[in-house]
Amino acid sequence: MSNTLMLGAVAYDPKVVTIWEGFRTWFAERGLDFDFILYSNYEAQVAGHFAGQYDVAWNSPLAWIQAERVANERGQAAQAIAMRDTDQDLTSVIVVRADSAIQTIDDLRGKTVGVGAGDSPQATLIPLNHLADKGLVPDTDFNVRQFDVLVGKHGDHIGGERDAARALMAGEIDAACMIDGNHLLFSQEGTLPGGQTRILDRTAPYDHCCFTILDDAPEALISQFVELLMGMSFDDPEVRPLLELEGLKAWRTGRVSGFAQLNEACDRFGYLDGFLAEMRN
Amino acid sequence: MHHLDLGKLGFERGAHLLVKQALREMAVGDELHVSGSDPSLDVHLQAWCRAKGHACTDTTITKGSAEEGRWRGSEQAGLTDPSAEGAVADHPSARWGLAARGARVEASTPPFNFVLQDKEVVWTEDAAKLYARAAAAQWDPATAIDWDAPITHPEPVEDAVVQVMTYLIENETAALLVPARFLSQIHPHFREVMQLLAIQAADEARHIEVFTRRATLKRTHLGLSTAGGQASLKTLLDEPDFALSTFLLSVLGEGSFLSLLWFLRDHAPDPITRAVASLSAQDEARHVAFGLSHLARHAELDPGLHSRLANAITRRHDSLAQTAGLNEEVFDALVLLAAGSWDHDAIAQGWDAVAKLKDDMHSGRIQRLERLGFSPEESRTLSALHTRNFM
Repeated sequence: MSNTLMLGAVAYDPKVVTIWEGFRTWFAERGLDFDFILYSNYEAQVAGHFAGQYDVAWNSPLAWIQAERVANERGQAAQAIAMRDTDQDLTSVIVVRADSAIQTIDDLRGKTVGVGAGDSPQATLIPLNHLADKGLVPDTDFNVRQFDVLVGKHGDHIGGERDAARALMAGEIDAACMIDGNHLLFSQEGTLPGGQTRILDRTAPYDHCCFTILDDAPEALISQFVELLMGMSFDDPEVRPLLELEGLKAWRTGRVSGFAQLNEACDRFGYLDGFLAEMRN
Repeated sequence: MHHLDLGKLGFERGAHLLVKQALREMAVGDELHVSGSDPSLDVHLQAWCRAKGHACTDTTITKGSAEEGRWRGSEQAGLTDPSAEGAVADHPSARWGLAARGARVEASTPPFNFVLQDKEVVWTEDAAKLYARAAAAQWDPATAIDWDAPITHPEPVEDAVVQVMTYLIENETAALLVPARFLSQIHPHFREVMQLLAIQAADEARHIEVFTRRATLKRTHLGLSTAGGQASLKTLLDEPDFALSTFLLSVLGEGSFLSLLWFLRDHAPDPITRAVASLSAQDEARHVAFGLSHLARHAELDPGLHSRLANAITRRHDSLAQTAGLNEEVFDALVLLAAGSWDHDAIAQGWDAVAKLKDDMHSGRIQRLERLGFSPEESRTLSALHTRNFM
């Protein structure tokens, strides 16, 4: 048995190498032999988890659901052991131009709504599910225009949402979906000029990434890993740059209550059928 | 519960500044109720709080500890005024990096690799004064020199002037590159020394410009550059130690050069050459003063420095023993330039003037070596070993 705790992560940006190399050094200094494998997409990462290629996954919310469902089908259990403080209670917004005639969700009928990458929970799946909850079926009651940047990355890359925001301002689409933090960012950087957009609606809060393990994970190494994560303090100058790079102030214990909307979206749109079928073969 | 009304100001136009300012006055765990009429206020406030580590429900913030944590363990990087007690650290932290002296530096700043980070090696209390003097004495080559002044001397004398200018440019290039190389190695905490070396490099850039311009007033080609002259200058560029390099370049080399520039000021055959030499000499005098000042301080603190300096001269002398030293063309050019014509008496006077120049250089070096604490005997011996190329 190897004494190395292996992490699987998706390389959605070059900084991913810096982040996990930094964690590797920090963990090593504290007696945890930690290493990582990078995947180009979450589907390969989830498949790799079940193939025993590593012990713990840094999963997108969609990858968490993929892992949980495959585990259930195989009589295994998946567990979300930790997440960032910034992964909890996010919302997505549906934005229109300030001077648009669209005043209510119902006004979106027959219009074109821009979303992010097809596999983006925050910019596509959750907001489309939200609209469906309100009685508007995507591609039936309104047109969906996807802004696909780096599919397989589950929307980790900001590019798709920014492209949708630009298309909204250019008048190419009638509404755009994005995570609240990106709406703030796009407003501050001027992609969405001040006063020229209006938030039409907002989803209920949901959660984002999490560390995921399966029931055959090495117990002692996992406890050591979680204990070290929870001990990381933003006050510590050595660890602060890593936390800033990964975008958090503190690690939180994992919870799955924040994945309900995404689960519902996957069921409603049959989004995971293909992936699950592939995993059965 | 604290309250903050943002009015119609939104986060897309700077509302976070007011929120931050309000939170700054509060303790961790205190609550701030934010109100305002911007329609995106709650969405933006909550997203902003999440990123900053504050809890937020609706528009009520509970202050988190992250912002204060950021400055825990931070350090005050000395004081701005170098004359204040403890302003300049003996060994500034590598993590102070590029921070202004006097700034508060976050503890997780990455360490910088500045090789020259000991006050003993680089500092002098005179640095601020010398920098101020240098900044005030900068001159504009376009206006400080009357480039239209008449040149009436015979053509061979003009050739001699061009040869001397060619030699000066080569030497000033070395005098630019040597401090420039150390400039990037000095910890910026020693701000005044850094500024002084930067302005020193700028001085040399200007000298290269005016010598080139003077040389090409009547000629399209410059003179000769010899292997011996460059071999001598190369030893300056090859010297990796800041103290030894300053000693060889500023105290001995530029010190000797001062005599040469004064010689040109007094003996050059035309007003333009006299002016460029005179202006350049003023700058070189400051370079020598800085070298002397910080080496004298260094020698006081480090008793082993004298023998290292002496060894450096000997080593350089040995490595140049087989080279020709000052090239004959430059020497002859100086004689002819001082003579001003082929007249026999004038040539003899030019010869005497150059002989006196060499004596002046030697006695100037002895004087400066004595100021650094060498005995008169040692100073005479060491001065005699200085490169025959002058610089």
